[in-house]
Amino acid sequence: MNAPLACKPADYKSEIKPIWCPGCGDYHVLMSFTRAFAQLGLPPEQIAVISGIGCSSRIPAYTNCYGFHGVHGRSLALAAGLKVTRPDLTVVVASGDGDGYSIGGNHFLHACRRNIDMTYVVMDNHIYGMTKGQPSPTTEPEFDTALSPGGTGVRPFHPLVVALASGANFIARCFSGEVNETADVLAEAIRHPGFSFVEILSPCVTFRPDEKNWKDQVHPASVGATADQGKAARRLMTDDGFNIGILYRGGRTPYRPAVAATNIDLSELEKDFEL
Amino acid sequence: MTMAASPSISIAVVGSGGSGALTTGNSLLETACAAGWHGLLTRTLGPQIRGGEAAALIRLAAHPVECLPDQFDLLIGIDWLNAHRFGAEIKVGPQSLVISDPRGGEPPPMVAQSGARVVEIPMKDMAKSIPDGRPNMIALGIASRLLGFTAELVFAPIEKKLADKGPAAIEASRAAINVGFGAAATVEFDRHLAEPRPSTARRWLLSGNEAVALGAIRGGVRFAAAYPITPATEILEWLAPNLVKVGGVLLQAEDELAAINMIIGSSFGGTPSITATSGPGLSLMIEALGLATASEIPIVVVDVMRGGPSTGIPTKSEQTDLNIAIYGMHGDAPHLVLAPQSVSDCLFTTQWATYLAESLQAPAIVLSDQFMGQARVAIERPADVAFIGQRCTATEITGDYKRYAMTADGVSPMSIPGKRGGQYTADGLTHSERGLPTSGATDHLAQLDKRRDKLDGFNFGDHWASVEGTGEFAILTWGSLTSAAREAIERAAVDGIDVRLVAPRLLLPTLPEQLTAALKGVKRILVIEQTHGGQFHKYLRAHYDLPGSVRALNRPGPLPITAGEIHRAIADWRS
Ligand SMILES: Cc1ncc(C[n+]2csc(CCOP(=O)(O)OP(=O)(O)O)c2C)c(N)n1
Ligand code: SF4
Ligand SMILES: [Mg+2]
Repeated sequence: MNAPLACKPADYKSEIKPIWCPGCGDYHVLMSFTRAFAQLGLPPEQIAVISGIGCSSRIPAYTNCYGFHGVHGRSLALAAGLKVTRPDLTVVVASGDGDGYSIGGNHFLHACRRNIDMTYVVMDNHIYGMTKGQPSPTTEPEFDTALSPGGTGVRPFHPLVVALASGANFIARCFSGEVNETADVLAEAIRHPGFSFVEILSPCVTFRPDEKNWKDQVHPASVGATADQGKAARRLMTDDGFNIGILYRGGRTPYRPAVAATNIDLSELEKDFEL
Repeated sequence: MTMAASPSISIAVVGSGGSGALTTGNSLLETACAAGWHGLLTRTLGPQIRGGEAAALIRLAAHPVECLPDQFDLLIGIDWLNAHRFGAEIKVGPQSLVISDPRGGEPPPMVAQSGARVVEIPMKDMAKSIPDGRPNMIALGIASRLLGFTAELVFAPIEKKLADKGPAAIEASRAAINVGFGAAATVEFDRHLAEPRPSTARRWLLSGNEAVALGAIRGGVRFAAAYPITPATEILEWLAPNLVKVGGVLLQAEDELAAINMIIGSSFGGTPSITATSGPGLSLMIEALGLATASEIPIVVVDVMRGGPSTGIPTKSEQTDLNIAIYGMHGDAPHLVLAPQSVSDCLFTTQWATYLAESLQAPAIVLSDQFMGQARVAIERPADVAFIGQRCTATEITGDYKRYAMTADGVSPMSIPGKRGGQYTADGLTHSERGLPTSGATDHLAQLDKRRDKLDGFNFGDHWASVEGTGEFAILTWGSLTSAAREAIERAAVDGIDVRLVAPRLLLPTLPEQLTAALKGVKRILVIEQTHGGQFHKYLRAHYDLPGSVRALNRPGPLPITAGEIHRAIADWRS
């Protein structure tokens, strides 16, 4: 019934005009999403894009897939409930550095550990964009904001280290400006079984104009992807935060709860109680 | 002197943790129920995981019972080490018999003050004379003899329980029970249970928490997300193996924020879904309950209430989550709040809640409480009812799909992922009919109206409340107190006072017309609730017109409000 559609990236785009600022990196991420979906030839109705709150989290409605724009920080949990009951769907979770690493930080750890087959994309701009420029867990300690005059003085969080330590099964970093490369990584992340984590450096041109330079700062990682956690960990030790590419492809079996036949008579369950 | 048979007899078995008081109590309950009597057992526990105080409070009767007695006929202290901590919850009187082990410490002062007859039996020493003998089995023998059960009757459930521990363990228990029987032979206890009414009904012995879980599955629930919390955990633990048998799934969440978002996700995917928690967990779930309301995703959240606020008294009952259940969410957020009225009603109400949530595409909060949740009661097998979740889904989609389309009843056909042409983004942002975010006044008002009207316009039928009797005197109560109120009303009837019972099972949406009709002709209303602040009373005042004069009887946990107390309040007001 669900014969593949024409599978052009445009088929995965909705007609809604994004609220993003001109030049925002998230436009490119949206392009990478639709290109990846087209590459995989997935029918849009078989994809669910789940998000929280933030500029980045606006992305579901800009696709032509099923979407859920939930509450701040809880997208991974919502996606887990969806995927275990609907394993037939392709579930992609979209988040930001505030949504995913701060308010949703605990869910990040447990999603990596649980290893349900889904892809988690964090559009990291090292700032809270939507609330107009407060520091996030990945903001540099010296970065001055109204909420942190003179900088936070707090060491940034390293998402890839956390993902690796917590058991994510696929880990990569991309740069939003590299649309095709990012699309390729996303397609591979979606295909890879288990929990795939893709951090996309996506500049906030409004509150972090300095991030316009990211295109010059990013560089391919000097070491290729590995299936060895130890090697991946060593690569992360020399990571300047701008290493681009796939870091880790793990082989853990995804978590998929056993589901029994559905036709048992409910009175079977009552036996526990019979006097 | 031979006494008339008592319609019910109540027994409390107390001991410090590890003494096995709960095993003694459960065995007594199982023995009596297997022999055709009815019974209820609740437990009261201290905060310790092991080694604290524990008491089994049992009421056995010839007829169904769903509430605690005013006082206990028989109190057995396997030991009294920490019994003073909940002495106030176990009332005895001059007619009561107290069995005390002289080596188990002093009975709490309330025993001496009550004038109860105390008989000393050295249960510990007796147990020592039996290889692997345990004082709680001696206590079981004593209680059984006093209640007139035969030893064979008592052995059966114990043998079942110890089947995997081997013949030596069973033999030790048998021997101890026999010793207890012997020790009680000379003890006078002038009460015996009336013969049970003969009945051919299939009977169950289960807790309110188990009944909630079965009701959910009967209502169509096939996914649960779980984060453990006392006193709700048994719901989740029963669902874990049983959901799998019916093709469902349970996922353990990292916290309640995750649990509720998980069930929103699964329900978005088309699976009726539930989670269960208690006050602290409900507090964490509130934001997402608002999301389910706004995005019109059906979910069921069971809150087994315990003493609050904060961590409160995890092991004891209260009705103090009414406010948060009704008013907790920010914004105008119409949703469903229901409350079962007894252990057996836990099944019906949860099933109905699932049906309503699915039919109305709204979250339903089910307010149970520790008393019902953890009480084990013998009930007649509840009839199968036709409430099985039926969600209005989008089957024919032509043109632009409008997820939040205006319809006559306010319920919009929901497209389930996988359905071609029905793609939409569910959103907690204020949205248009198509689901697109908007901040315009017109769309906001239209969707607020829609979500309110779909609940207000629904025909909830007769299940919205228990309305019994026609007196000019009415009791207005809710939740597990309904059973105590019903018993008080029976006693008042014996005094010649006709009292009406009105207990809403549906707390939100409110049904002012139905309540007005239920209270027609009433001149006095006694509002009864287990809260300190009178939450139910204030709720009634805010949403309903109460005729005549109104009095309140409210008290926080952990002391239960008994039928006797309610009966007294009725009599006092009458005179
Ligand atoms: C519970 C809650 N707290 C706070 C907010 C306000 N809020 C909205 S978005 C956001 C931060 C978003 O930052 P990020 O995830 O990095 O997304 P970006 O806008 O940068 O893409 C905050 C704090 C909220 N919506 N909900
Ligand atoms: S504020 Fe920053 S992140 Fe948000 S849309 Fe504008 S540029 Fe993008
Ligand atoms: Mg950000």
